[in-house]
Formats: sequence, structure tokens, C-alpha cells
Amino acid sequence: MPVDQSLVGREFPPTSPYTVSEDKVRAFVAATGGEYAGGPVPATFPIVLAFDAMNAFLEAESIDLFRIVHGEQKFHYERPVVPGDELTATLTVASLRQIGGNDIIGTASQITDAGGALVCTTTATLVHRAGEEGA
Amino acid sequence: MSLPTQVFTITRADLVAYAEASGDHNPIHQDETVARSVGLPGVIAHGMYTMALAARAVSTWFPGAEVVSFGCKFTNPVVVPAEGGVDIEVAGEPKPGEDGLTTVALTVTCGGQKVLGMPKAVVRA
Repeated sequence: MPVDQSLVGREFPPTSPYTVSEDKVRAFVAATGGEYAGGPVPATFPIVLAFDAMNAFLEAESIDLFRIVHGEQKFHYERPVVPGDELTATLTVASLRQIGGNDIIGTASQITDAGGALVCTTTATLVHRAGEEGA
Repeated sequence: MSLPTQVFTITRADLVAYAEASGDHNPIHQDETVARSVGLPGVIAHGMYTMALAARAVSTWFPGAEVVSFGCKFTNPVVVPAEGGVDIEVAGEPKPGEDGLTTVALTVTCGGQKVLGMPKAVVRA
């Protein structure tokens, strides 16, 4: 089932505030084979928030996560993210097109801190695969 | 001048740990049957996993440098075997620019094939 075209431009509700802790960052770094020595988080860490926002979007639209393949991801930072930051992500559907039975969904998530200041903007392209049964 | 190429190995256990740490529990990164059902060649690494390795390479080349932007396309899946692991190579070409910013054009390959499209980091270094 193709994704609803009227979604383009729609902003989804902000995710629940997420507090960046050293433990969470350490686990993230360890999972990618590194060792966290403190300080700013790795460049891709805010995906944790963007993913949370994406999950809420997929659930709201009844899109199966297992049909989603990542096409593109970009992060643009206003400042480094550090432990202690309380962050929230707000996702907007930026674009939607169909290619070969797949939906190509463009999203932009704005990540803001407890004071409401923009910390990071991250954009993603999600490929919604129709699968073998052509659903 | 090129930066020294770095090699990382990805195993299925890494994908399990990353799913937990990132919250991305998409079963295409764990379950062969689900991955094949959506037309993938097998269990694939999270694109964000490979991207995180590229970020690790940048932070090793430029210790302590602030990352201003970082982006890539996921052009080819990285298939992770059930036993052993798969190697990812990260190469980088730095271009110093204005305002103390350095753009690092990355090349990320698996078995000689590029897996990320136009991976690029901008760092204040």
C-alpha cells in the first residue's frame, strides 16, 4: 500500500524529552567497537532521537519497520551534544515519491534542547520496500 | 594528502549490541528470514552502524575536533555473516577550507565495493 501523499509537510508531535547520559553514550560507542572517554557524543549519536521520532511516525501511519531501508542520513550541528543535554526531536515529512513500487520518504528532524534551542538538524531518506508479495 | 585508511570488523553480535544502544530493532539487522522477505541478500548491518564507523575514523584522524556536519547515502548493503565478521575500510581525503573548517571526503568500502555514497564530514580542526 503506497504511503499517503497528503503526509508531505506534516509535522509530527515532539518526542518525549531524552536525557543524554554517559552510560547511554558509552553503550553506543562500545557497540561500534570504541571506548568513550567523555566529552561530546559521537557524530551519529542523535540518531537515537531521530529514530524515536521515526518510529512514532511509522506507527502513526501503520508502516512496518521491517519494510524500511535507510537511503540517506545527514546531520548538521549547531553545537556539540554532551551528556546532561535534555533533547527532543520533531519530525516533519519533507518529501514523498514512488519509485518501482517503493515509497521514498524524506524526513527532517529538528533536535532541540531543554531551552528550546536548536542543537542539530538531521535529515533522512527512508525507502519503504513493497516486498515480494507486492503489498 | 590522504589520511591513513582504517579497517573495522562488523559481527552479528555487534548488530545486537547496536540495536540495543540505538533503539533500532529493525529485524532485517538480526533475522535472515525477514531480511530475505523484503528482497535483501541476507542480514545487513544498520546503515547507521557503518556510518558510525566512518565517524569513528574521523574522530581518530581529528581527535577532539568538533563535527559540524556529517552525511552519506546508503548505496550498498553490508551483509554480515552469521559466523565471523565482515571488514569495512574507511579512507579519507581532507580539504582545509575557510573559517578553520576541514571537509573530509570519505571512501567507505566492503570487499572493494563502496557501501556509502558521498560520505562527507565537516570538522572544526
